[in-house]
Amino acid sequence: MAITEVERRRGQLAALSIAAVVIIVGVPLWWRTTETYRAWLPVSQIKDLAKLQLHLSADVEVVFARGTVTPEQQKKVPLTQTQDEEHTVDGDLLMQFMILRSQNMKPYRTATIMEEDALKKPTAAEADLSLHMLSESPCGSLVVYVIPESSSLLPEDVNVYIGQRRTALVRISAQMRVGKTLEQLLAQLEPQIKQVLQVMSFSHTDITVALSDRVRFRPGNKESIADSMRAFKSSPGYEITFSLLNPDPKSHQLHWDIEGAVQTYIQPLLTKLSPLANFSMDSQTLYYTMLGVTPRFDSSFEAYTLNADSLAHVINPVEARLGSNAASSNPVLNFLLYVPDIRHSPLYIHDHRKQEVPSNAFHSPRWGGIMVYNVNGFYGSETEFPVHVNINMAKVMGVFLAQLRLLLGVQSLSPPPGFLVAPCGSTGLADWELDRLMWSRSVENIATATTTITSLAQLLDQIGNIVINDNIAQQVSSAVTSLQLAMAELEVGNLGFALQYSKEAILASEKAFFDPSLLHLLYFPDDQKFAIYIPLFLPMCVPILLSMLKIVSEARQRRREKQAKKE
Amino acid sequence: MLCYTSLDILDIQWIWQFFSSGHTNNWAVLVCTSRFWFNYRHVANTLSVYRSVKRLGIPDSHIVLMLADDMACNHRNPKPATVFSHKNMELNVYGDDVEVDYRGYEVTVENFLRVLTGRLPPSTPRSKRLLSDDRSNILIYLTGHGGNGFLKFQDSEEISNVELADAFEQMWQKRRYNELLFIIDTCQGASMYERFYSPNIMALASSQVGEDSLSHQPDLAIGVHLMDRYTFYMLEFLEDIHPASKTNMNDLFKVCPKSQCVSTPGHRTDLFLRDPGSVLITDFFGSVRKVELTMDAINLTDPIKQMEEDPVNGEEQKEVYSYADQLPVSEIIHQKPKQKDWHPPDGFILGLWTLILLVFFKTYGIKHLKHIF
Repeated sequence: MAITEVERRRGQLAALSIAAVVIIVGVPLWWRTTETYRAWLPVSQIKDLAKLQLHLSADVEVVFARGTVTPEQQKKVPLTQTQDEEHTVDGDLLMQFMILRSQNMKPYRTATIMEEDALKKPTAAEADLSLHMLSESPCGSLVVYVIPESSSLLPEDVNVYIGQRRTALVRISAQMRVGKTLEQLLAQLEPQIKQVLQVMSFSHTDITVALSDRVRFRPGNKESIADSMRAFKSSPGYEITFSLLNPDPKSHQLHWDIEGAVQTYIQPLLTKLSPLANFSMDSQTLYYTMLGVTPRFDSSFEAYTLNADSLAHVINPVEARLGSNAASSNPVLNFLLYVPDIRHSPLYIHDHRKQEVPSNAFHSPRWGGIMVYNVNGFYGSETEFPVHVNINMAKVMGVFLAQLRLLLGVQSLSPPPGFLVAPCGSTGLADWELDRLMWSRSVENIATATTTITSLAQLLDQIGNIVINDNIAQQVSSAVTSLQLAMAELEVGNLGFALQYSKEAILASEKAFFDPSLLHLLYFPDDQKFAIYIPLFLPMCVPILLSMLKIVSEARQRRREKQAKKE
Repeated sequence: MLCYTSLDILDIQWIWQFFSSGHTNNWAVLVCTSRFWFNYRHVANTLSVYRSVKRLGIPDSHIVLMLADDMACNHRNPKPATVFSHKNMELNVYGDDVEVDYRGYEVTVENFLRVLTGRLPPSTPRSKRLLSDDRSNILIYLTGHGGNGFLKFQDSEEISNVELADAFEQMWQKRRYNELLFIIDTCQGASMYERFYSPNIMALASSQVGEDSLSHQPDLAIGVHLMDRYTFYMLEFLEDIHPASKTNMNDLFKVCPKSQCVSTPGHRTDLFLRDPGSVLITDFFGSVRKVELTMDAINLTDPIKQMEEDPVNGEEQKEVYSYADQLPVSEIIHQKPKQKDWHPPDGFILGLWTLILLVFFKTYGIKHLKHIF
């Protein structure tokens, strides 16, 4: 039967409408249902943060005691002075250290009567204590007292004394004062104050070490690199475990008042460090645990010795038995107290020069410390075993506290010549040491959070089919906000707030980066995608395409016929 | 009292030790990806590397061991509780203190990638996590059945070399490793390390693209092949290493030449910063700790505070703990079915179109076929 016009028209209309439905309705529907949900991320802000221009400012107040400036000079003391130092780290980071800008706009002033009285005390330590009673500096700031050379507070060869809190005493020499104008005096004082700042707050090397994540270190200052490898990285919490190792319970019955010792000696330090991280402590006693190395008897010392080279193999066999808290992923610091068994007592640790180490202890970077405690002196040879021994916790905790300081990053650097540093107080940490730690931790946190956020943004950009949920976008936004606030606070000099914001930034960025949902879709190579879609769409598309072609060819034929008819 | 000692030559040498490798701790991720009794050799491979790594000092807390099937307690094992690696049952690599972190069906591509990148749910215990930091050297050992660009997991899924390279890049971005040693013992193993692009990775494979890795020897008593050739000779090589040995990576590259292995082992060191000749085997397989002598101690003079016992009174708030209900029967009975994502049933679309076409032709007759074609 011949195809009537109506039927042909109907066929064309059907083909066209099917094609229209497929294109207008089907394709967008397929696109929407197969696309991944990606919440909006503040990408431009993240790019700005990636440049990481840090401004660090420390407030320094310089107080002139009587006898350092003449009365006429006193009147002309300038009100404000700022000093900027620009440092580049690895070429692309630019940091400015702004110093000597005080909160109350009066960095230079003369001493008050009460301060003069305090400075008249016999020793520097007492002067430091009474100065501290008068006023307490907020964290991140320093006060430098300039004392005349006639003052007897400091010994002969020492020009600068760094106290336990946030004060320093600087003695000017006679030739600095005589005949000089105020500007010259201030200019001469400046390098000394800068040096004080580098010791008490931050220096270029400290900041470089704190940024070692972003900056691949080049062998420069070896000591500071060793410091960076030794100390634990910044973490929101740490766990400290004290273990008593008793390999010979048949001979020694050991008692240690660990709870009291921890409360008295360790807890004050940890309370002081609480702005930095949370600490949790536990303790245990392990029996029949030997060291992995057999000590050798040295007849010249009448004792067993462990030399420094064999210490590296001591830790591994012990570590398997130590155990750890299964619930948290915080880094663990282990402090072990080893009491040698009766056949290997006394046991001493010797260094390379075959000298006895006075503390009889060693520590391993990012792990903890081990101390050997000899008890053979507490009993004679005729006593009945097991012997009851009370361990002297003050001595033990003194060593553990020193090791704890090193492992947490309180650097014991050698001061420049002419400097005298006061010993840290009974808490084990001087205020300015805490400030140093807070500066470097803030910078480290900010750098790490920035790197995390930038790499997360890059990752999500590169891999197109990872789902970005709303909660991840929210974490990223809050991390970006906290970072901006932290950098602003650092610029102003509010160290406490800066540290707090940097901690929040790190928590949010780590939560966003390590969210379990970011692994949802696996990688689909292109040929696999074709293999999935072709059997679904090809059978449908072939009739539509062919009918489209038929319509087009028929239309062309009609046009040719029309043209032929015209001619 | 803080005292400052001056450094002399011996102390400086001490400090130089730090910079030879730059790592302070070691981790190992050992994965066996195949199940079924006839893949006994893959489990034996992984367990022999586990054994060497433990012997050289890495503790269990730093090893993530993933075994896809249990051979020691398999019904077909004539010697239960053992996994042998030598003919005539010379060496039982199962030992007494094996700690398997991911077992059986938990060994999936997803879990493996989650362990590497750290994206584990918060309830994951510490032993199942890779808690490495920027100073960790990690050894990753994979074995199983593989092909050109992929490794088969559990006979049902695969991981491609692109995914693996991306996972390592994510580890690098977050500084989860200092240096990485990647060893793979599968057929065409070299294809798996072709796509790496992150720094500080050294890779070894048992065979090149297009070659098969062969197994070593069958044991007539157990009835299956006990080990693969590459890992067998590597185990022999590692048995000679002790924690203080100074053997370097160039010796490991020479393990199992073509005459012994039949396939050609390959390695890749272009992404690695240090010269392989200066890298010790114990940098990755062992755990040699850096040690410093504690030179100072703090003088503590306060007496110990006596801990006071808190008086127990009736008003004291005590947290009462109770055992969680293991099988909440009432919840199970009354709960609604979980909302799952809706997917159309398989073949639905094809069936739909077939139906449409059939209806069309039924209505208008077969002669209209030429309108379509």
